[in-house]
Amino acid sequence: MNRRKREMLQIGVAAVLFAAGFFVPEAGGAKAVVFGLSALSAGTGVVYKALKSLFGGRMLDENFLMSAAVFGAFALGQYSEGAAVMLFYQIGEAFQSYAVRRSRRSIAALMNIRPEYAFVKRGGEFVRVAPEEVAAGDLIRVKAGERVPLDGVVEKGEASLDTSALTGESVPRTVRAGDGVLSGCIDLNSPLELRVSSPYRESTVARILELTEKAASRKAPLENFITRFARVYTPLVVTAAVLLAVVPSVFFGGSFDEWLYRALTFLVVSCPCALVISVPLGFFGGIGAASRNGILVKGSNSLEALSRIDTAVFDKTGTLTRGKFQVVEVVSDEGVSEEDVLKTAAYADAFSNHPVALSILSAYGKPIDRSLIENQEEIGGFGVKAEVGGKKLLAGTAALMKREGVPFTEEPDEGTIVYVAADGKKIGKIRIADEPKPDAAEGISRLRNMGVRRVVILTGDNESAARAVAAAVGADDVYAGLLPDQKVERLEELDAEKRKGGSLIFVGDGINDAPVLARSDVGVAMGGIGSDAAVEAADAVLMTDEPSQVADAVAIGRKTMRIVRQNIVFALGIKGAVLLLGALGEATMWEAVFADVGVSVIAVLNAMRALSFKRK
Amino acid sequence: MTIKTLKLEDLDCAHCAAEIETAVNKLKNVKATVSFMTQKMTLEFEEGCFDDVLKDVKKIVGKIEPDVTVGVE
Repeated sequence: MNRRKREMLQIGVAAVLFAAGFFVPEAGGAKAVVFGLSALSAGTGVVYKALKSLFGGRMLDENFLMSAAVFGAFALGQYSEGAAVMLFYQIGEAFQSYAVRRSRRSIAALMNIRPEYAFVKRGGEFVRVAPEEVAAGDLIRVKAGERVPLDGVVEKGEASLDTSALTGESVPRTVRAGDGVLSGCIDLNSPLELRVSSPYRESTVARILELTEKAASRKAPLENFITRFARVYTPLVVTAAVLLAVVPSVFFGGSFDEWLYRALTFLVVSCPCALVISVPLGFFGGIGAASRNGILVKGSNSLEALSRIDTAVFDKTGTLTRGKFQVVEVVSDEGVSEEDVLKTAAYADAFSNHPVALSILSAYGKPIDRSLIENQEEIGGFGVKAEVGGKKLLAGTAALMKREGVPFTEEPDEGTIVYVAADGKKIGKIRIADEPKPDAAEGISRLRNMGVRRVVILTGDNESAARAVAAAVGADDVYAGLLPDQKVERLEELDAEKRKGGSLIFVGDGINDAPVLARSDVGVAMGGIGSDAAVEAADAVLMTDEPSQVADAVAIGRKTMRIVRQNIVFALGIKGAVLLLGALGEATMWEAVFADVGVSVIAVLNAMRALSFKRK
Repeated sequence: MTIKTLKLEDLDCAHCAAEIETAVNKLKNVKATVSFMTQKMTLEFEEGCFDDVLKDVKKIVGKIEPDVTVGVE
């Protein structure tokens, strides 16, 4: 029989004896015996530990104080109450450790992304090995239903992947040859062969696990406060109990039995368990909920800071915008179709690798007959000049048109404009922009609804492009044309302007944002666990590319803090009230037991709510 | 300083976790954080002292909460 089963059995026996105790006749001390046996059955373990700590010189041990309360109650002839204290204390402990075990398990299940094996190609065959044994450059095979053990690039096969363990995204992602795949995803339908890109210890899974395990050691101020509080709470209450037993009866002629009873109720309430368990549990649940939604939070201190958000600062390119140029508008002049404008530009740009040219080619989307292109010249900073099928084509800036003597009227425009001309005549223009991500505006308006006072964009990009994005997503201020160190300076200014008690959050996609991430109250790195420096400097990592996840992170932080505060107020309130009533002789041991284990159990149940967060 | 993580199996009492943390932090040149939730202790200590530190930690844990077994990962 294991320890848990034995304890349950003891509690069962104790409960039966306890109930029987009420039917035993008063006379002859029979009640004392039956309730005594009940207390003994429930509390052997407690008494054993109490004696051990007593000899170890640790008088403030929970077991010792509880045993003292029970013995005291029996000495006062309060048999049923003494037995009740022991019985309900044990029931409460059992329930509490059950609840804690369960939430530990459900959090562990959330983080259960550790791959157990990998099938790696060795000498023409796939053999099963531990993921740690696979090197970068090896070829591995993942079958349907298996977890991808290492990061890699698809060599062969096409499959749908469940990425929910990493990103919280429930829609499967389809990957084909050439696509990157992160470890921790689950292959849903067909086999894949992957070329491993990094060894296990540098893989996404290994780094996520490392982050979440370390998370518990970066504690929020509130959590540290509870630890300090617990250290003084017990000695304080026990001292009060001793004074209560001695002072009134010795100096003021009170009844010793009466005041001893009051002192015993103090001992029962002297454990700060409810707080010590429920506060870390709440934070841990919040971190678990965040990671289930694809937000890795490095510690409860960051969760706490997120909940106080006052100023949100975003990087532009790649964070609020897609980071990719896209054709947003094609305007054709009279007598020409939009299709022709795009086609002409695509043929002119066919050999160019410039991001603008690439965006035009992808917008055109049809195959290009390159044999028609006789001559192509890229003019840096202006555009492209080409001869196609005997026609002289131009695609580029207004300056290119002027330079080539194409008559046209320049209009002020937002974004990047490519003018298109054929045989010296302008036929139309193409507007290209780095589009905001589809959820950027919604994400920012959600932050505002949550009381964020100021939303700022910091970018190295030019003023007009930055203003356009700010208007589209609804930011208050834009600082454009910044070099990385100027970003830090700006951020420090913004930090000085934030509301007292509020926090400043910076969201960036990495690469050169590390100094700003480190300098802000909460640095949020975006786009997965990609850039080393960014993840190292950040306090939270968004696994997907969605800026709206920042609002989710704040919501989780707030919910967690609300639950933790509720628990603190509730536990301290009830304990305080029972202590006060106990001192006045109004509270019995029954109430004291409730203030101890009852409150713990309720606080633990409440803390477990932090684990459930549904994205709205 | 080296960092190592120890597993505290059967750590079921949050109060003890805090006590263990306080006691281990009183050791010379040792910094420890105990996570009740993950049942783990993160230890920071001077390079090469691991065996001594581990012995001390085991002693402290055995005194405060005898039910807990200390495991090295």
